[in-house]
This record gives sequence, C-alpha cells and structure tokens, in this order.
Amino acid sequence: MEHTSLLERILRGVALTLVVIFFMFPIVWIFMMSFQTNETILRIPPQLVFEPTLANYTALITGKLTTMSGTLDIAFMRNLWNSVFLSTTSVAVALLLGVPAAYAFARHKFRGSEDIAFTLLSFRFAPALLVLLPLTLYFQKLGLANTYIGLIWVYQLICLPLILWIVRGYFEDIPADIEYAYRIAGHSWFATFRKIALPLAGPGIAAAGLLAFIFAWNNFVFALVLASADKQPVTVGALAFITSSGIQYGQISAAIVLSITPTLALALYAQRYLVEGLSLGAVKG
Amino acid sequence: MASLELKNIVKRYKSQTVLDNLSLTVADGETLVLFGPSGAGKTVLLRLVAGVIDPDEGKILIGGEDMTDVDAEFRGVGMAFQNFALFPHMSAFDNIATPLEARHSSQSTIKAGVESVAKLLKIGHVLSHKPRALSNGQKQRTALARALVGAPPLLLLDDPLRNVDAKLRFEMRLELPRLLADRGATVVYVTQDYKEAMALGDRIAVMSQGVVRQLGTPEQIYREPANIEIARLFGDPTINLLDVKPARDGKGVYVGLSNVQVHLPAAYETAVGRDCVIGLRPEALSFVDAGAPGAIPVTVEAETPLNEKIVTLVRTVRGREILVSRPAGAPGQAEGKAHIAIDSKSALLFDQASGERIGSKNVVSLRNGEAA
Repeated sequence: MEHTSLLERILRGVALTLVVIFFMFPIVWIFMMSFQTNETILRIPPQLVFEPTLANYTALITGKLTTMSGTLDIAFMRNLWNSVFLSTTSVAVALLLGVPAAYAFARHKFRGSEDIAFTLLSFRFAPALLVLLPLTLYFQKLGLANTYIGLIWVYQLICLPLILWIVRGYFEDIPADIEYAYRIAGHSWFATFRKIALPLAGPGIAAAGLLAFIFAWNNFVFALVLASADKQPVTVGALAFITSSGIQYGQISAAIVLSITPTLALALYAQRYLVEGLSLGAVKG
Repeated sequence: MASLELKNIVKRYKSQTVLDNLSLTVADGETLVLFGPSGAGKTVLLRLVAGVIDPDEGKILIGGEDMTDVDAEFRGVGMAFQNFALFPHMSAFDNIATPLEARHSSQSTIKAGVESVAKLLKIGHVLSHKPRALSNGQKQRTALARALVGAPPLLLLDDPLRNVDAKLRFEMRLELPRLLADRGATVVYVTQDYKEAMALGDRIAVMSQGVVRQLGTPEQIYREPANIEIARLFGDPTINLLDVKPARDGKGVYVGLSNVQVHLPAAYETAVGRDCVIGLRPEALSFVDAGAPGAIPVTVEAETPLNEKIVTLVRTVRGREILVSRPAGAPGQAEGKAHIAIDSKSALLFDQASGERIGSKNVVSLRNGEAA
C-alpha cells in the first residue's frame, strides 16, 4: 500500500460519500415514497418526516387499489410472478442453448463460425420496435401471441446473444492446454466440457446469466405488444397505476421496491460467487 | 511399451509450414530429445503425437499401430506441459488422479496409484492443495506425476523444466533420467536447454524451422555438429568461430591463425582453397609456453569462473576474440601476453556459405564431464 496523508484520506472519503449519495438518492427516495400516501408525496416542499403507512404494500398484495373514484383491481402479484417466471425460464433456455454454442464458437473454428456468431450478436443492434410488428403478425398466425412460450422465445433475442458472447470470451480465456491435458488423460471431449470448461467458465456463465436476467426482467416493449394482462410482467403492469384519478405514486414506488428486490438479491448473492471464482491464478507458472 | 514412428508429417497453419515432411522413429524404451529454438515446431510435433491436433499429411504410429485418426483419449500417452496445465479447480490429488479416473479404476486403486507416484516425486504432503497453493516446483512435479501415474508406454514431456528455477531444474535433471529409466517408457522430451538435452537424451533430434537438422547421440551432436548453428547451440561457453581459408603445404592441410600454421587432419583435404569457418571448442584450446610448437600469441583480456571451469577471453594479434576454458583449479594465466595451442584433432571446419560442416570422421571420444 502506498502511504497516504490524512488530508488525502479525508478528501477521498468526501468524494466517496458524494458519489454514494448521488447514486443512492433515487433509490432511497423511492423507498421512502413507498411508505407514504399520495398526499404526503405531493406536498410542497417535500418533507423528510412523515407518518409511514403500509397501505401501498397492502394494496399491491391484496390487488385492490382504492382511488378517489372507487376500487380498482390490479394484478401486481400476478405480474411479479410473470416477471419471475419469464425471466428465469428465458435465462435457463438461453444458458442451455448459449453455453454449448459459446464453447463451440470458442474452441472450433469452422467455416462461417465468425459470421454466425456475429449474426447472433446483431440481433441486439436491431431496434426492438422494428422487429415487433412482423413478429406480432407471425405470432398471431402461429398461435404464439400471448403465450408464455412465445414470450420466452422472443426473450431469447435479449438473452441468447448476451450469454453467447460473454461466455465465449470466458471459454477462450481457458488455456487450451488444460483441456488438452484432460483429453490426453483419457477423457472424452464431452467429459472435458463438463468437468473442465464448465467449472472454469463458471463465474463467467454466472455473470452472463445475471446480466441476461436483468435485461429480461427490465424488458418492456416485447411484453407490452405480445402479452395481454394475465401474461404481463411488472414493467408493463406498472402502467395500471396511471389511473383516471391520477398517478398513484405511492403504489408505483412500492411496486418498484418489490420488483427490484429479486434482481438486487440475485446480484448480491452472485457477486460473492463471482469474486470467489474469478481468480483462477493457477494456470501459468 | 511402445515405439513411435512419424512418417512424412506435414503441418501447416494458414500459409506457414510448421512441420515440413518430417519423419522420425523412436525405439521402444528410448528417450529422444527434441531440441531447437522456439518456433522450430517441437511443441506442435508433440501435440500431433498426443492427438490434440491433426497433421495435414503423414502418419503417426504408436507401438506399430496407426494412430493418425485416433482421438487423444484413446492413444494412451502421458504428457506434461511446459506451463503445467494443471486443472485449477481440482486439488493436486484430483489432478494426478484424472488418468486413473478415465479408466474407471476403483477408489482404492486410484488412491494407491496417486500416492505411490506422489511419493516418488516427493509431493505427498501437498496432495490436498489446489494448484494455486503450490510452489512452481510442486506444480511441475504434480504435472509430471499426472503424466506418469497411468504408466503410459509413451511419455511426452514438453519442456517440463522451463518454468522452474535453476536450482530445481538442476535437481530434476539429475532425478529425471533414473525416473524415466525405471518406468521403461518411451520418452519424447522437448527442451531448449542443451545441457538438459545432453543429460537426458539417448538420442537428440535438433530441429529448426520444422525440419530435423541432425539426429544423433549427444556425443555425435557435440563432436560432429551438422552445421555452424548446431555447433553454436551446444556447448557453454560457445564454440569459437573464425573465418579461415585452408591451404596445403608439404605437411598437409593447414589454416593460418595469427600467422601461425595450424595443421588439420588429412580428411579436410576437400576444404583447401574454400572460404571456411573453423570451430574451436574452448576446451580444445590451452595455454602453452611461448616456445611450444604451434603456439599462437594472444593477449589475455578477462577471466570468468563458470561453474566447474574457468573461461578466459583472449585477443589474437589480429584482434579476434577467442574463449579458452580450463578445468577449475588448473594453473591460471596472468593478464598480458600469453600463448595458446590448438588441439587440431577436435577442430571443426564449416563451409562459410552454407554453414554445413565439411565431412570428417575424426571423432575423438568425448572426455568425461566435458559436455555437461
């Protein structure tokens, strides 16, 4: 460690605090809003002291939204479940398809392999809206519109390229000699993939899976067009809070808190695993 | 037990030919050292034999069986890599056990096998460690143990001592020959260290640019190098190379060095009148009194002890620098004027243009310990 003066340490502390406040403020503010009623939220000037209420959360969990113009049914818990189901299944399917494909692209240079890999990546360049119109027509013909299978399929546009390209890099980082050594020891290529490549690329696969999960979770436009109320994820479901009697800020905040909780928990859990696994270190002498 | 036979192997990467129509035979139980500078194709050759890359042309026979199209896991060879290539997520024990696991041996057989080879290589106490917790020497021994544990009839060792420190390299250079001999396996050993090559090889194949330049026993390579390049690679201190033009007088063929005529064996008759390079091993030179026959006047410039010998840098009257070595403990030479004599029987003559050695069969037997 370099020697640092007291002044330097103080300045560094101040700078860190400023950065943390800057990034954390919106989240803290939303968290506070989720415990307030619309009236206290919209008060001017805004106040830090308020009487907390759980009304927003009860409304979300019971599915009964009480507004000035009467009681409204909202399917927030259903939406949350849809989000969890769609994101998890999409990522699972993408991992199942993407990881072996990434290994193939990393280890075997076959004719056109670069072109195929790039084509897959290019799915990420296309504006979603451009793809959506023809896709909707096809899906309606095929009977895939408003089905989980259809949505998971479309979500592959988000997840698969991401996983393929990130995981491919991790596979390429494994020295070929390590895999050769396992082959020469008498194991098949499939055993080598399972026992050597997969564990060594594990942290990379986890990172890619996590990113893909977050992207899938945050997706809005695919689900908006292709899913009706009972299949919608939270991102689309949140539109329900814009009611005829105004925007329900309290409920929106509570919904945000609830919907970022799974991704946040996953990220925190995976982070521990990522750091643990990333330092392989034993390859070179 | 298995012999190894390579027939007309060609390997290209894009437009570059890495191995050019290479044929090589290693007898059952023999240790062949592949020696050469990096980029010579040694490692590629080893990988072809192991089966992890395929040749573009040619055949690979192991134990007389054509293995050219057989996958690596069915060739039954053992291999140790230059960078160790240990599995970072497995303990040393599991690393060493992988060849036995592939044969579906029982747990007790695996345990016994790993422990016996670990004991042999003195790594019994670190078997539970992950590779990152091992020292370089332990990693190297683990990699070696993994290659040995299955008692493969053919062992491929790719410069296994490259990444370990000098002390350990010396230790292993002493230990390895016995270890390999005990196993009775056929060994192909790749190295860039000529001392390792001389110490381990029954025969040495000197490679450069994908071609075997010379194949012979360590003594042949040292005494009769095929060309200047090989003469320069083997020997420490390096061979002295001087431009000469042999001539003939009443007593036979001679070369003029600092106006002194040094007579060469009659076999060099063909070299008369050609532009040549004479190669003089530092140990073929010795200090003599001024009056001695063939004494060449020189100036002593510097003296360096080099392990078991002392190397003296001298300058001839024409300003050419020459290295002279003598065993440590032999009487020294004060700085200033001195005279050296040449043991002309061990002089090597090369064609200046092609670098090839000019044919001569006057091999004097290698004096003990001189090469190593």
